[in-house]
Amino acid sequence: MQELMGRARELLENGTVARVLGWRAGDQSYNPEPAFFENAVELEKLVYDGFCGANLSKYMIEASKLEGKTLVFLKPCDTYSFNQLIKEHRVDREKAYIIGVGCRGKLDMDQIRNQGIKGILNVSGTELQGPDEITVETIYGTKTVSYASAMLSRCHVCKGKDHVIYDELLGESADTKDADRFDEVAAIEAMTSEERFAFFRKELSKCIRCNACRNVCPACSCRKCVFDSTKFDSAQKANADSFEENMFHIIRAFHVAGRCTDCGECSRVCPQGIPLHLFNRKFIKDINTFYGEFQAGADIQEKGPLTNYTFEDVEPGIVAERG
Amino acid sequence: MQRIGVFVCHCGSNIAATVDVNKVVEMVALEPGVVHAEEYQYMCSEVGQAKIIEAIHEKQLTGVVVCSCSPRMHEATFRKCAERAGLNPYMVEIANIREQCSWIHKDVTEATEKAVILARAAIAKVNLNAPLMPGESRVTKRALVIGGGIAGIQTALDIADAGYEVDIVEKTPSIGGRMSQLDKTFPTLDCSACILTPKMVEASAHEKITLYTYSEVDKVSGFVGDFTVDIRKKARSVDMSKCTGCGVCMEKCPSKKAPSEFNRGLNNRTAIYTPFAQAIPNVPVIDREQCIKFKTGKCGICSKFCQANAIDYDQTDEIITQKYGAIVVATGFDTINLDKYGEYAYNESPDVITSLELERIMNAAGPTKGHLERLSDGKAPKNIVFIQCVGSRCSDDRGKSYCSKICCMYTAKHAMLIRDKYPDVNVSVFYIDVRTPGKNFDEFYRRAVEDYHVNYIKGQVGKVTPEADGSLTVHGVDLIDNRQVKVSADMVVLATAIEPNKDARKIATMLTASIDTNDFLTEAHAKLRPVESPTAGIFLSGVAQGPKDIPETVSQAGAAAIKAVGLLAKDKLLTNPCTASPDPLACNGCSVCANVCPYGAITYENKDVMGPGVRENRRVATVNSALCQGCGACTVACPSGAMDLQGFSNRQIIAEVDAICR
Repeated sequence: MQELMGRARELLENGTVARVLGWRAGDQSYNPEPAFFENAVELEKLVYDGFCGANLSKYMIEASKLEGKTLVFLKPCDTYSFNQLIKEHRVDREKAYIIGVGCRGKLDMDQIRNQGIKGILNVSGTELQGPDEITVETIYGTKTVSYASAMLSRCHVCKGKDHVIYDELLGESADTKDADRFDEVAAIEAMTSEERFAFFRKELSKCIRCNACRNVCPACSCRKCVFDSTKFDSAQKANADSFEENMFHIIRAFHVAGRCTDCGECSRVCPQGIPLHLFNRKFIKDINTFYGEFQAGADIQEKGPLTNYTFEDVEPGIVAERG
Repeated sequence: MQRIGVFVCHCGSNIAATVDVNKVVEMVALEPGVVHAEEYQYMCSEVGQAKIIEAIHEKQLTGVVVCSCSPRMHEATFRKCAERAGLNPYMVEIANIREQCSWIHKDVTEATEKAVILARAAIAKVNLNAPLMPGESRVTKRALVIGGGIAGIQTALDIADAGYEVDIVEKTPSIGGRMSQLDKTFPTLDCSACILTPKMVEASAHEKITLYTYSEVDKVSGFVGDFTVDIRKKARSVDMSKCTGCGVCMEKCPSKKAPSEFNRGLNNRTAIYTPFAQAIPNVPVIDREQCIKFKTGKCGICSKFCQANAIDYDQTDEIITQKYGAIVVATGFDTINLDKYGEYAYNESPDVITSLELERIMNAAGPTKGHLERLSDGKAPKNIVFIQCVGSRCSDDRGKSYCSKICCMYTAKHAMLIRDKYPDVNVSVFYIDVRTPGKNFDEFYRRAVEDYHVNYIKGQVGKVTPEADGSLTVHGVDLIDNRQVKVSADMVVLATAIEPNKDARKIATMLTASIDTNDFLTEAHAKLRPVESPTAGIFLSGVAQGPKDIPETVSQAGAAAIKAVGLLAKDKLLTNPCTASPDPLACNGCSVCANVCPYGAITYENKDVMGPGVRENRRVATVNSALCQGCGACTVACPSGAMDLQGFSNRQIIAEVDAICR
């Protein structure tokens, strides 16, 4: 963390960047939030620990419009989102100074709570070079849990420790993958269509339409979201009744299909714990099956399979056949 | 608010027998915006159109919905009718209550309900329609013919004779196509080469025709009147401007093991070759896969012997980019692969051959110099069995569901020619039906039966077994005598189904021309527009559109030519005003639309964007409406819904869906 702060201060002072985009402490030790820092005094509040899961790529859309470069800290998986945004001309590469920060997986308070730990006051030992066990102070005393057991589910299907775009790297990363990301999709595919429908209706019935998933999603970066636009009836549609409420998520999944990097932010921020990433991951699995392995954001030049046509492409009928 | 008139057509009994048209009139009259509704027996007739015009005038209609057949049939008719009454033609919408309703339903209540729903959707759309004005685009006065067989040659000759430039692109080293492989032609038995080669010469000598042989279409962009095509002239390795066609290179070439495509692999050719002696152009190509020089770097014999110094091992593929106003697809056919038909022993015995192979065997320039002999031992066959419908009219997925159309006639021809030349040979034909619709066709077939005593056996063949003595036993059934039959033969000829050329699908995709499940190109209308593709500016010639014989192919080739000429004769075309237009305020500048646009109509520019609370200069999409064909791919791809299609706006389509789901 000191390393990050020091390097950021240096780059601010020598004029390479005009501001820094990072994380600062929130009201609790376990909820740091994205923040811009414009000087050395503000930078004192910069944090980087296991709870800095937030993907900062999307903030670079606004930062690209500002004078001067912005230093942005990106974890390996965040760089895919950033690349995808470059491809869509939403961020300006020239306006970014990217420090690829190390990552050993990010933490999820729910995973700690699910281990039966209640009355949490403070969590420590979560920084990059921290121990394998993290310390949880509670009103009932101090407990420890393993770092891996407290990780976000997305970190168990980690995309790897390499940054796909950066100006410099700081800190070692670890590949925390210990599961196949399509296992969850396969489980859903194994359901009958009635079961699947019931499953999603149940999950989506929890939605309170807080729009957190959309607002955090780096692929949902439209100037004017169709759900906020008066040009269509979609906004009203999504509010009409509980079934159409569900349509919000389905329409959103279609809108990000082929562009979603599977960063997992939607599920991370959902206050209702809806596994929203499942929609996107199903699309990714299908795209991989139909058009060959594709990772959005891995390559800036490559046309996405859904916006490209080759003679080898499957016939549309195959989609119906597979159900 | 629009003032909409709804006109419900009976289409004789086509619609009225299944849809209660009076009920439809009653129901649509209640829809918002509808101020007039009536039914009539034939809306497309003069009387029907007069009713529409009268209602437009009397009720001051601003929009019209015609509930009738497919818009592909009469949308233009009704739009012109509205235009005559002073209404913008794009204020007319069609509710297809025939193809999509009456023809596919039996129950009147159900069909009527559906007709009302379809009408409601069209009314909902017209409520949001706005007048549109077409623009103009130019016509490039040059045609491209893809395929240099008899279909392509005839089309090219007819277009060229009308005074327009034509280019023929032919994949193989020579024009001529399948017809050049045939020996005699039915029903007149004149020699194929004798009637084809003069046409080939005429095409090559015509001042308006340019031949691109050993060439393929690589890329097509643009639209009717203004196509841009990349033609890949494959490296021939022989300089066409220097070669005199003396043929010494072919004589001297030491690589003689490549199966001859022209002779269907029945004999071999050299690595440097022309497919046949009368090839046009008479300039050989080097098959680089077979050429010793290309494989090992050593040889160069052809180059040494070439007096004209025409051999060029360093030649590379050349891309020629040319503009065309019209494109004719004449890609022809091939016979199907027989791997799935193990019962006929085609892959086991060299004496089981396809009819096209028999053509080569019977041809004086063929692998046996025209002698009828078995390929296994060179002996003259005494008993020949022909099997019809091999892969045609097939009910399972091994073959084709359609009739290949030419087999009955060419088999009668083969049988007759063999009996004529070798009267001691017994000829039997196993058939399902003998189909002879065509001028002098049935007479021809009867001659085979009555004058030449060809033994026609109605029934199918279950199996052909090669025997130890080299003969073949044909196990079949005789349906007339209702018994199993075994016929011993020393040659079996399979009337193998024909299928569109393998490249047809690729070419259709490049042209955005539709094809059917068998890969035949689809015509714009099965009866009334049989030589046009639904894609404007694309015309169909020959078997690429469906099985047909030579006279039919030639007539269709001429028809395709006149359609192409009709287009080329125009100086300007009215463009479709249903083009895309972006809302700069909502545009993210992400380029997705430009990536998916098949016409290259979308570019990005930095523009001043002004709106409520917005004043900035940024990257936004711009549509060139002259290039835009209104396909709508961009509107679907655009994540923010900034791209919209005039005449098919997102609002209109959602209104239609809403009206259907109401």
